[in-house]
Amino acid sequence: MIDVDKQLVRAEHLTKSFNGVEVLKKITFNFNEGDRIALIGQNGAGKTTLIRCILGQYVFNGSLEVLEKNPRTDRVNILKEVGFVPQIPPPLKLTVRELLKFYSTLSNTSADEYIDIAESLGLKIKESFKKPFLALSGGMKQKLLVSFALGKKPTILIMDEPSANLDPAAREIFFDYLGKYNKEALLLLSSHRMDEIKNLVNRVIEMDFGNIVVDKKFSDIPFV
Amino acid sequence: MIKLITKEFRSVLKLDLNQTLRTKGFWIYSILFGGFIAFLFVSGITETQIIGFVGLGRLMVTFMQVCMVIIPIYVLITVVRSIVGDKENNVMEYMLSLPVSFSDFFWGKFVAKFIVIYIPLFVSLLLAVIWGAISNLDIPWNMFFLYSALLAAMVFCFLGIGMLISVYARSQDFAVSFAFVIWLILVAFIDLLLMGILLKFRVDPQWVIGIGMLNPLQVFRVGVLVLFDPKLTVMGPAAYFILDTVSRSAFIVFSILYPISIGLLFAWWGNRRFNNKDVI
Repeated sequence: MIDVDKQLVRAEHLTKSFNGVEVLKKITFNFNEGDRIALIGQNGAGKTTLIRCILGQYVFNGSLEVLEKNPRTDRVNILKEVGFVPQIPPPLKLTVRELLKFYSTLSNTSADEYIDIAESLGLKIKESFKKPFLALSGGMKQKLLVSFALGKKPTILIMDEPSANLDPAAREIFFDYLGKYNKEALLLLSSHRMDEIKNLVNRVIEMDFGNIVVDKKFSDIPFV
Repeated sequence: MIKLITKEFRSVLKLDLNQTLRTKGFWIYSILFGGFIAFLFVSGITETQIIGFVGLGRLMVTFMQVCMVIIPIYVLITVVRSIVGDKENNVMEYMLSLPVSFSDFFWGKFVAKFIVIYIPLFVSLLLAVIWGAISNLDIPWNMFFLYSALLAAMVFCFLGIGMLISVYARSQDFAVSFAFVIWLILVAFIDLLLMGILLKFRVDPQWVIGIGMLNPLQVFRVGVLVLFDPKLTVMGPAAYFILDTVSRSAFIVFSILYPISIGLLFAWWGNRRFNNKDVI
């Protein structure tokens, strides 16, 4: 049962500056249970900075609560409930097997569950066990990271341009997964391709120069 | 200490070890030091005697002097890139989106770096002892244990300094340049510059000794020679003064504990900064 009033992320006057330049400008918002949000905006709008604040990677001014906790002081407990796919896969020298073991140890999800999802996305993961993650193609890396994020079954799923490197077949399966994903979870998708994610989201937030300039239900957006 | 040994700490440690063991640089470094010991044996250094150093002891002193030149700059150059490098290439963004505390991440990397830098040095010394035993040489066990501890202390010290620089640096280039400057200053503050200060400003020798004792490189250098009779021509003026002033056993304890304390202090400072500022 979705509690639409249950706030999973709550920000009040959230501000983040770099060298005196405000990248997030006193933004206030709530992300609720069941929200499937398209986070859009041009480069430099503040999307990635917002995501990094939620992940507890930046210090900030104002107030920000994730799962009713402070993302800086209670980061580890929050991140147990968060799945994240970055825009640029990290150049890890680890083998796929080592990365899988590392991720499953930290997430308390069995390696087999991740393998199942990876294979359903078209990644023959067992054949790549001995390969360094770095040596995989862009699409393979992305599939593996998406598998980790989905397999963890997080309450908050954050994806920064997750489908950018996926081939059409994998993209279709990926969106199918997301469409069926736990409806009580919060889904935050940063994407430039609104046409691709329009069937997945129910809310659109547009950022521009550190401000939230649009925050509407998807059905209320005129261009839809 | 108990907090350090968490599942997350062990995972980061193992991850970093695995990554390093996969690099060519680690194996070149290991073979270089192991090969150096072999070269010293083959070159017949154990059969020569210079200013009182003879046999396996002479080989070990030579090895330690080479370590004094190479290890600090190697540790600094290697380590200063670790945190800032992970920031620059997006590794940090992903790794710290996982439920790993900043401290577990920092100390996991720290311990992993210590292991991969120290173990090849220790194994090289051990190799010398084994080779010496096979060659029927007298084994100077006191030197072996002291030098093993001194190397560990020096690696720990420069690891702490390197991690602190890496946390503060905005780019790998800056980190490497800054590390090089730090190394140059420490090298300059061994005997040569100390004596310059002594002569030019007529500084009280006690002050010069005090400055020398603050320099971990100087402490290491004197520590290497502490088991021998202090001779001005061998040790250099500052080392001679130091050993003439403090007792040998006191200096042995100091030469091990002081660099470890420095390393721990800088690493603690780095970890504190890492915990309290933007990590990307």
